[in-house]
Amino acid sequence: MDNFFHSVTLDKELCKGCINCIKRCPTEAIRVRNGKAHIISERCIDCGECIRICPHHAKKPIYDPLSVLEDDCYHIALPAPSLYAQFNNLDDVDILLQALRDLGFDDIYEVAKAAEIVSDITRRLMKNGKLKKPVISSACPAVTRLIRVRFPNLIDNVLPVNSPAELAARLAKEKAQKETGLPLDKIKAVFISPCAAKVTAVKMPLGTEKSSIDYVVAIKEIYPRLLPLMQNVKTPAVSSETGKIGVGWGISEGESSALLNLNYLAADGIENVIKVLEEVEDEKLQKLDFIELNACPGGCVGGVLTVENPYIARTRMKKLKKYMPVALNHITRDIPKEAKFDEELTFSPVLTLDEDLSKAMDKLQQIEEITARLPGLDCGSCGAPTCRALAEDVVRGNGSESDCIYKYKEQMDFIFHQMSKLQGYTPEVLKTDDKEK
Amino acid sequence: MSEPITLHYTVPGDDFTRAGEASSDVKKKLKALGLDPEIIRKVAIAMYEGEINMVIHAGGGEIKVVLSSSSILMILTDHGPGIADISLAMQEGYSTAQDEVRNLGFGAGMGLPNMKKYSDRMEITTEIGKGTTVEMEVSIKKGT
Repeated sequence: MDNFFHSVTLDKELCKGCINCIKRCPTEAIRVRNGKAHIISERCIDCGECIRICPHHAKKPIYDPLSVLEDDCYHIALPAPSLYAQFNNLDDVDILLQALRDLGFDDIYEVAKAAEIVSDITRRLMKNGKLKKPVISSACPAVTRLIRVRFPNLIDNVLPVNSPAELAARLAKEKAQKETGLPLDKIKAVFISPCAAKVTAVKMPLGTEKSSIDYVVAIKEIYPRLLPLMQNVKTPAVSSETGKIGVGWGISEGESSALLNLNYLAADGIENVIKVLEEVEDEKLQKLDFIELNACPGGCVGGVLTVENPYIARTRMKKLKKYMPVALNHITRDIPKEAKFDEELTFSPVLTLDEDLSKAMDKLQQIEEITARLPGLDCGSCGAPTCRALAEDVVRGNGSESDCIYKYKEQMDFIFHQMSKLQGYTPEVLKTDDKEK
Repeated sequence: MSEPITLHYTVPGDDFTRAGEASSDVKKKLKALGLDPEIIRKVAIAMYEGEINMVIHAGGGEIKVVLSSSSILMILTDHGPGIADISLAMQEGYSTAQDEVRNLGFGAGMGLPNMKKYSDRMEITTEIGKGTTVEMEVSIKKGT
């Protein structure tokens, strides 16, 4: 991939060139250069950690503005399940859906519906015994990207089913075409997202050549517009068509509990996800059937585009789910073709040192030697997150040992030392005769 | 006065993911009738708990709902194992639910207690090895 799209942008005015984001990036994809943070495209997995951690709010997520509703197309809202848990005192999801209609959407297809279908498909595929265990969920775009880049051995474990948002867009558009008779290019699927990684998932999808989602708008942008509309809803004319399983996908363990199988693991937070994937790779976790991984804390409710604290949202979600039916959406006979991946996930060797093995070994050796010469403090002052990362940058031609402030000081000390030796020494030809004073 | 409306539902016992569909449908119909939301809530919860019990413990069954201008009557019949000790089953926190469904939030042991709490009248008839019938009625207050 030559042209990378990433859902993070930097406001250079606000960036102070501090070390916070470079230290927190799980793939060491950020460097400080010329006093500003710079993301190495190939390494970025869109997990959103830099957006979360930046104390100066210089890292901003990218998403489509609500003004996409203003053209003359037929707009279908695809609300993510996590949207339902953003509102205090909401006990009837129908009110929220009505407000979406009042906001200007022509139609709504709840992503939770598609999530129930994905759960049904997953239960069936797992029962058929054809999937490689442990099966790893494919719903989180940051996780699938992480696996492609850093855990290629696990690519075959990824569930080859599209994420609920993608499936929802496809089913919604088919339904809209039948109902309105409009051509496909006049029907727009708008995903209301908790997460910036979904923007990347739409513009540069994995598992399919082109996403059926047209726009991704942010929950935090739509929230203040929905609130007053919701307060004015008397009797909703639309009704939610989803149960516990669909809505539960918005929180960590929701996807797993829908499998009605206790042999699973659910991890959230990118650091925890990485630790789990390391263990799976080392075959320490083979006896599990399913692994749910969410880059964001608490699951999707912890995404960077949400409004509410993820743990408060989680409790709200549980209350909303309490008296819902288990599920209202099921597959009939066959697995719908819209649900399966139509392209395989492939390895993206951006972390490999060189295609040629002997060259790669030389480079590895050089990295070891340079790392040994560096102080090992991982202070970040050179602009790289760790001393080893700087060594790798040097070997890749992206940095210099003198970027290291300690090395720089060592050099300066050496020069001063030489100069002070010189200062104490006067060559014969410059000596003055003391007797003449 | 208008004739009472009778609704019949078959609750499948072999597909747990369909549990709750019947009570969800009744709730929708009551909303369409424009009943007091508080009454709808009571019926929805009482019937939901009864329906889930049927799926988790009894392998499904039948539900008959009679909507009249004075009350909503729910009769839930199953051919499951029956309840050995009703007073124990009515205790809050007591549950015989399997582990797999506890992850979805079930098994808190509040089903029967909630059914009693949210209905105005509840009667349980049960026979070990034959099945259980639960009858619940929620009155509709006249006027506002």
